[in-house]
Amino acid sequence: MLSFLLPQRVKLLGLLIAAGVVAAVAALGWQVAELGAQRYAIGGWGAPLGIDLYADGLSLLMLMVNAVVCLGVSVYSTGYFNRAYFRRSRAIYFWPLWMFLWAALNALFLSSDIFNLYVTLELLGLSAVALVALAGGADALTSAMRYLLINLLGSLFYLLGVALLYHRFGSLDITILSQHIEPSPAVWVAMGLMTSGLLLKTALFPMHFWLPAAHASAPAPVSALLSALVVKASFYIFLRLWLEIFPVDSSVFGELLGVLGAIAIFWGGVQALRQTRLKMLIAYSTVAQLGYLFLAFPMASYFAWKGALFILLSHALAKTAMFMAAGNILHFGGHDRIQDFDHVVQYQPLTSAAFALAGISIMGLPPSGGFIGKWLLLEAAINSGQWWLVIIIIMGGLLAAAYIFKVIGYAFTQSRKSHQTRRVPIRMEWTALILAIAAILLGLIAPWPLAIMDIGLPFSGEAAG
Amino acid sequence: MSLNALLPLLMVLSSLLVGLIIFFLPEERAGIRIALNLAAAVLKLILVGVMSWGVFFYGLEYEFRMPLLHSQELILHADALSILFVTLSTILWLVTTVYAIGYLEDSPHRSRFFGFFSLCVMATVGVAMAGNMITFLLFYELLTLTTYPLIVHRGTEEARRAGRTYLIYTMTGGVLILTGTVWLHAIAGSLDFSYGGFVSDLVDEHRTALIAIFVLLIAGLGVKAALVPFHGWLPQAMIAPAPVSALLHAVAVVKAGAFGIVRVVDDVYGVEVAANLGVTGPLAVLAGVTIIYGSIRALFQDDLKRRLAFSTISQVSYIVLGIAIAGPLATIGGLVHLVHQGVMKITLFFCAGNLAETLGIHKISEMNGVGRRMPWTMTAFTIGAFGMIGVPPLAGFVSKWYLGLGALEVGQEWVIYVLAGSSLLNAAYFLPILYAAWFKLPTDSWPDERAFGSGETAWTLLLPAVITAFLTLAVGLLASMPFSPLHWARFITTLEYLP
Repeated sequence: MLSFLLPQRVKLLGLLIAAGVVAAVAALGWQVAELGAQRYAIGGWGAPLGIDLYADGLSLLMLMVNAVVCLGVSVYSTGYFNRAYFRRSRAIYFWPLWMFLWAALNALFLSSDIFNLYVTLELLGLSAVALVALAGGADALTSAMRYLLINLLGSLFYLLGVALLYHRFGSLDITILSQHIEPSPAVWVAMGLMTSGLLLKTALFPMHFWLPAAHASAPAPVSALLSALVVKASFYIFLRLWLEIFPVDSSVFGELLGVLGAIAIFWGGVQALRQTRLKMLIAYSTVAQLGYLFLAFPMASYFAWKGALFILLSHALAKTAMFMAAGNILHFGGHDRIQDFDHVVQYQPLTSAAFALAGISIMGLPPSGGFIGKWLLLEAAINSGQWWLVIIIIMGGLLAAAYIFKVIGYAFTQSRKSHQTRRVPIRMEWTALILAIAAILLGLIAPWPLAIMDIGLPFSGEAAG
Repeated sequence: MSLNALLPLLMVLSSLLVGLIIFFLPEERAGIRIALNLAAAVLKLILVGVMSWGVFFYGLEYEFRMPLLHSQELILHADALSILFVTLSTILWLVTTVYAIGYLEDSPHRSRFFGFFSLCVMATVGVAMAGNMITFLLFYELLTLTTYPLIVHRGTEEARRAGRTYLIYTMTGGVLILTGTVWLHAIAGSLDFSYGGFVSDLVDEHRTALIAIFVLLIAGLGVKAALVPFHGWLPQAMIAPAPVSALLHAVAVVKAGAFGIVRVVDDVYGVEVAANLGVTGPLAVLAGVTIIYGSIRALFQDDLKRRLAFSTISQVSYIVLGIAIAGPLATIGGLVHLVHQGVMKITLFFCAGNLAETLGIHKISEMNGVGRRMPWTMTAFTIGAFGMIGVPPLAGFVSKWYLGLGALEVGQEWVIYVLAGSSLLNAAYFLPILYAAWFKLPTDSWPDERAFGSGETAWTLLLPAVITAFLTLAVGLLASMPFSPLHWARFITTLEYLP
């Protein structure tokens, strides 16, 4: 908020806040790790009257990856929204909006009642839309408008569902609801409404149509945020509801989600392969990667959830790095046509390396975080005997390899330096690279996040599977 | 963590660090780059020496463990088999580094090249020292990723296409192995390599699954080992610079595939279990077919490097054949060929590179009389070629002798015919080259001659070829001495068959 008032100092302020939040998350992390799941009642009222904040292993992990990505984006943006390249009037809006978005994300991952979740989701959506529009130009405005409508529609559905549940049970707290809920028509309708609202926002196939345009036309750091975190936020809500509130007997519906996820992997992969622009390619790759998250639903086993969450984490890091790399390339060469990349990539080894390393994680090759997630999913699929999922996971990896190497292949061809290039601040290259390396290292420190997931496990009841 | 646990880790990390440092060196700092490369290679050699001493005389196990995934660990491990492969790759890496320094003098992107070169060695060493399937898979995929930039190094459109073919093949192979490995883990619960395999208790319950996993794993590994029909990428990858081809064929990629097959048959399934499942027979037949097919295709190539490539396809399958025959003597033959083929083939590729660099010769039809112009190079080539044909007392003879004996031992006479036929074919495609080089009259001028002072070519190019040719001679002549590859292969086989 302060950043509205102090446009001159905004960069410094942004970085300070970023560092502060990271420290806070680290402290919370220590607390959760030592003491187990935490619950704070704001204002001392407590559920069912007041607003509760709740942190368990799952939300802690989300917060951590959130903090890492956001810190990266903050550093990156100090370079990206430089006055020399970006019109100042726009650049000063970035920071306050960005802080809103971040606050909304943090609040979302900590909320423990469904109305609070709605509020944070709405705040998140609105700031995201404003950020997309920041790029300026007709393209960005159209897709921002579309994005806004989708967001409102999704939130509306969700809110209707919330209202129904409140009417029926008189509470909004997730824990309380999960104790009282029982199958009834009202619950089914509420569940349907909330699900479709959230899935629309998560861009599960076939509701993904808005995503590529919105993600590709936004400024690079914003695209990174949208792909890495914003779609994950609605997925996170959905996962919480699915695991804790919705009646367990929903296997048919789980199958359906799995099938949609599978189609998303294929559709996203094939579309990504067909793109000629880098940012569109990366955006479609997000559609495909989101599909993986839904593969866990038909299996619904301990390993499957962990695998999906692990993919979520590593995708957040890798995709941020990728969009940043794309931003660097765009900035350097003035275009992002994949075919003409050889003019660009050779003179930006750090950026190319960032893209390649992030790509390894997206493809799910060892030793990256993506590999661990895929391994867990595969094992869960084999254990439950669902061979069609095995094939999907494998084919999805191959498709990802195809579209990523389509880009990397051009990094090694020789060509002259093109005439118009702009210098990219070195910190923009390094942030991309460091985040990509983080996505790789996530695979080597896998036991640690996997252990955090076990704290206050939302899917503990199913551990036997 | 004890010192012994650190040694394997150090083996891997030394190349990794060197590779990373080299990436950031400016192009013109050739001196530092060379020093780093050679230092890492020598350090590795010393480490290997220490470890093989410990393994052989004290029965020590050098092992590094790190948790990777629930109940799964990253294991780097030095047993007798990994020592065999690591020694091979370390020695040949040192030689190839010298060669590459000479070969790439003054060409662009040397930092990038040597950076990936180091990473590639790191991956190879990791493959050799992997102590379980998941670690193996990790380094095996890394090997794919690190060799890709080397194959497309030239940066031409043709190189990019070859790189794409390479990726399509190897990535597909990679996911087959991944599927097999995950499945195996789901059934067996463990993936740690052990002498005699670890699946023998599961045969009754999971017979079909085990066969399916075997097929998946071998098909995946067969891509890199260039078994027919998965060999298509190898001749195309010849577009890479000569040191890369040499390394690819002799040490890194193809060998990693063959080595993987050895690991799967011997240390995952165990020879007896695999024979019991009835999977070794078809594998042996596949290897036999590959041997003959590769040799026949080699006959019809005029491009020297392509002929060598098809020859590799044929020769690497000797290793697979030896393992798949499933008898102790044949296993010795297969293992020893892992080393012998590497030494011989790298000699041939060095020589081919010398011809191309010095005289611009790429085709066999241009080689008339080249023996008089470059006597040292062609002597080395001749030794390598005779070794491949299996002329005693060179390296190739020792391998074939054991393979033949091993086949007779378990009563599979058809293998003898394969060996004899392939030796004839080897002679048929190597002897005309030698005849043309030594006895035909040279043409008036060479395609693209460069002068290198008084010698026939630059010493950095010549010396490696001469050294490896000498090794070809030595490992054959001194096969019965202690610490020869043959001796070491016997040592491994004893461990495999008497667990």
